Amino acid sequence: MTNVNRILRWLFFLLLVRPVVLVLLGLNIRHRERLRIDGAAVIVANHNSHLDAFVLMSLFPMRVLPRLRPVGARDYFFRNRFIAWFSQAIVGIIAFDRDLRGVRTDPLAEIDAALQREEIVILFPEGTRGEPERLEKLRTGVAHIAERHPETPIITVYLHGLGKALPRGEGLLVPFIIDVFIANEFTWTGERASFMKHLEDSMNELVAEGRFDPWQ
Amino acid sequence: MQWESLSIQMRWAMAGIVGLLVLSTLIVWIIGKAFPQRNYTELQQRMKTWWTVAAVFLIALTLSRTVSIIFLAFVSFLALKEYFSLIPARRADRQVMFWAYLSIPVQYFWIEQEWYGMFIVFIPVYMFLLLPLRMVVIGNTDGFLRAAGVMHWGLMATVYSISHAAFLLVLRLKDDPEIFVGPGLMLTLVFLTQFNDIAQYLWGKTLGKRRIVPKVSPGKTWVGFIGGVATTIALAVVLAPWLTPMNRMHAVGAGVIIGLGGFIGDITISAIKRDLHVKDSSGLLPGHGGILDRIDSLTYTAPLYFHYVYWLFGWHTHGA
Repeated sequence: MTNVNRILRWLFFLLLVRPVVLVLLGLNIRHRERLRIDGAAVIVANHNSHLDAFVLMSLFPMRVLPRLRPVGARDYFFRNRFIAWFSQAIVGIIAFDRDLRGVRTDPLAEIDAALQREEIVILFPEGTRGEPERLEKLRTGVAHIAERHPETPIITVYLHGLGKALPRGEGLLVPFIIDVFIANEFTWTGERASFMKHLEDSMNELVAEGRFDPWQ
Repeated sequence: MQWESLSIQMRWAMAGIVGLLVLSTLIVWIIGKAFPQRNYTELQQRMKTWWTVAAVFLIALTLSRTVSIIFLAFVSFLALKEYFSLIPARRADRQVMFWAYLSIPVQYFWIEQEWYGMFIVFIPVYMFLLLPLRMVVIGNTDGFLRAAGVMHWGLMATVYSISHAAFLLVLRLKDDPEIFVGPGLMLTLVFLTQFNDIAQYLWGKTLGKRRIVPKVSPGKTWVGFIGGVATTIALAVVLAPWLTPMNRMHAVGAGVIIGLGGFIGDITISAIKRDLHVKDSSGLLPGHGGILDRIDSLTYTAPLYFHYVYWLFGWHTHGA
């Protein structure tokens, strides 16, 4: 990343992302102390809106920004040169191939490298933003990452309200306070099925803590 | 800078507020030391938040009239956002809520213009007519009436009511339009309203027994209510003649209005929170809850006190 891009990224988050997320929307964070700031970590969150990654990145202090790496679909976030530059240089997205047919290289190589550099990787294992405020089945890609990095803490985060503020397919941002629930960290359980079960349980616990009525 | 135009009494009153904060911080510190086995975290948090709230409020009041108006518009925005985030809303209402938010700059613009006529009718008439129109265009009729009512209630409480505190700022006496009585009138309202909350709490906590509205707010007692109102009247008689054009007799009326109105505003917001099964309206102000929890009393005292003051004197406003 060039220095110009680094400065642009810093300004983009300081002057646009943070004012929108923290002032226009506003966060109501439960268990902030469970968030890990030092060292590598994998943040696993539910996906409702384009703003999800920005909200998760705003949970961390600005000095951590260079280490924050959301993972996004290559076919979407890298679909042309400008969007690819913005996704990579400004947002800091790691590209991930949703369709692995014909891909011969290791699809998780970039994520591996990021975790080795002590970066914080943000994942949305629902795969798609889906219906607003409804949880989809979690994909198992996260289990592969945890298996390769058995020491790295996995932290589940449940976001509520973004599906109201900026749902899929809507261009109009309407201010709502975003509820953020953070789970206790855990690590690779030694086996894929139990890991996915642990992940889903921790997410469901956070959802239960929220006790939100479904979006009518 | 507005500081030059603030009366000498205003400057002393603002210094007095800082003094009160220093004093109460000391008291909290001393009881923390005296009873180390007890947990005073919430009290300490509340004190810290009071400092922030008072600092922002006093700085806004000092900078300029426009900054003070923008500050209150921002308070309305935060309160409306809390309200919209709490209510069970329909997906179709997003766009309507967006329009409701847009009414905030418009309402506070009338105030900046000192346009009394538009200020007083814009939300209760024009927004009342406009929001259902927006809903009809979207066309979802399931739960239409409930949604229209719930959204307009929020707009009235958080924007219309609170904006009365801002209109106090721009009031100028007809006979003497060069003197800025607005900041004194507004500071008296806000200070007495917050003081009344604390007085009712302290009276109730120390001597209160019989509950006054057990179904809505089990912590409220008759002693807290009566003791609070009496203390607020006493303080109003001392402060209002000094900070505002009101005399002693007027000040008694202002004290009664703020004491009673503050209590009713408090329990009304409590009833809404109970209805929605939440304890605090948000976590914005540590130790207090959300901004709605802090300004609940003001949703009643601001319009009532404004009308009282407006009726007492002849005012120099556009469209009056």
